[in-house]
Amino acid sequence: MLLSVQDIHVYYGAIHAVKGVSFDVDKGEIVTLIGANGAGKSTVLNTVSGLLHPRSGSILFQDESIVSVAPNKIVGRGLAQCPEGRRIFAQMTVEENLEMGAYTRPASSIEQNIAHVYDLFPRLKERRRQIGGTLSGGEQQMLAMGRALMSEPKLLMLDEPSMGLAPILVEQIFAIIDELHASGSTILLVEQNAQMALQVADRAYVMESGQITLSGTGSELLNSDSIKKAYLGG
Amino acid sequence: MSLFFSQFLNGLQTGSVYALVALGYSMVYGIILLLNFAHGDIIMVGAYAAFYSMTAFHLHPLLSVVLAVAASTLLGVVIEKVAYTPLRQAPRLSLLITAIGVSFLLENGAQLLFGSETKSMSPIVTGNVSLGSMSISKVALLTIAVTVAAMAILTFLVQRTKLGKAMRAVSEDMGAAQLMGISLNKTISFTFAVGSALAGIGSVLYLCAYTQASPTMGSMLGLKAFVAAVLGGIGSIPGAMIGGFAIGLLEALCSAVNLSVWKDGVVFAILILVLLVKPTGIMGRSQAEKV
Repeated sequence: MLLSVQDIHVYYGAIHAVKGVSFDVDKGEIVTLIGANGAGKSTVLNTVSGLLHPRSGSILFQDESIVSVAPNKIVGRGLAQCPEGRRIFAQMTVEENLEMGAYTRPASSIEQNIAHVYDLFPRLKERRRQIGGTLSGGEQQMLAMGRALMSEPKLLMLDEPSMGLAPILVEQIFAIIDELHASGSTILLVEQNAQMALQVADRAYVMESGQITLSGTGSELLNSDSIKKAYLGG
Repeated sequence: MSLFFSQFLNGLQTGSVYALVALGYSMVYGIILLLNFAHGDIIMVGAYAAFYSMTAFHLHPLLSVVLAVAASTLLGVVIEKVAYTPLRQAPRLSLLITAIGVSFLLENGAQLLFGSETKSMSPIVTGNVSLGSMSISKVALLTIAVTVAAMAILTFLVQRTKLGKAMRAVSEDMGAAQLMGISLNKTISFTFAVGSALAGIGSVLYLCAYTQASPTMGSMLGLKAFVAAVLGGIGSIPGAMIGGFAIGLLEALCSAVNLSVWKDGVVFAILILVLLVKPTGIMGRSQAEKV
């Protein structure tokens, strides 16, 4: 297993936000974590990234515990997160944003990685000297994903990449996710858009009020009645 | 004409020191949203370091400058580590109160160590340069030149270097910066080091101009530099530069029209005015977010 999360409990003060969540991600897989707003999905990702600390439970990345490793060191080990709401650096140029993504990489690898990101997102190349804050929402999402890829992650965690985007852009973002998967990337995808997420995912977990209530392959869940009722509007 | 010109230079000279100190205020505010009221007192420590290395140890002025800057930088970083790092998750008000406490500690510590009286020394840089019919003091020229050079270096540091970019990233979004692999501790220490080094340079320039040091010299200087930072837009580096020069020129203007007793009042009136009319200052950024 590349990432193995075992029975983590996370609190915000007295609020018990994640109640014993376990899941794993194998090399080369796309695994998705779906669920409604407030289910605790982003909390799980931020705990894996080291921004939050679990009160109990274990998180193993490449068979080593990362529970007490600092967030910046976790990125250095090959675990990158593209956060919810994109959170690009609005005052910095597109290219500077990408450079920040490669903060843990040697300077010699930056040029090659930038070229790779521009291949995936040609729009970013056109706008390389532009200030991040002036990009459209879709372009900002591309920048956020490109920025996360700059660290050459062994596992890429995407938090709600489709949030707030027009349907055509959602299609584009998911096409890129498919493309990354095809080229061998491992992805942990957190989504509210269950339909799209289940279509690309190898395996899926459903989260409700801080717990995992259901899991299976993407197609199993896509056809499951309870999922259809709760998330797919059918 | 020559009176105007000499007052203008005076203004730029005092403004230089304000600007150097304001930069430290603004950079620290930009990164951890702290009004570091101990910042003014770092100048005082820098000034004493320069003063004693020249008068008691008879070191070369240039070496004294290096010592003063090193002492200020070290002090800034140590204050951050000891007093502010443990409060990183605490409410901003706790940080502010701590900063005021550190300021008192430094001022009273200096009184204990160096005595409460003002220490004077003979001028380091003397003489004038004549430019046509006008003569300009060498201290003024030196002060302005050093300040412009320091600002140029700072701009390069912030815009082009890896640590400088990390600093901008952290000041925009601390969480996202961590997700890039940027170390908060290193970046924040770096910011305090750079801000305090600039204050160290400011302290030596102040010593060149006024040739004296006292334990409370940093408090008024620090407050005025704070006004300069607010006028320019707190958190903005170019804003701090502009604000510093603007406050210096304003004071010179007060002296030119024989209102020099009023100049402190005018400076603080500016603070009130800025806070009432445009709290984000000249270069302050608006907080618009794209959804």
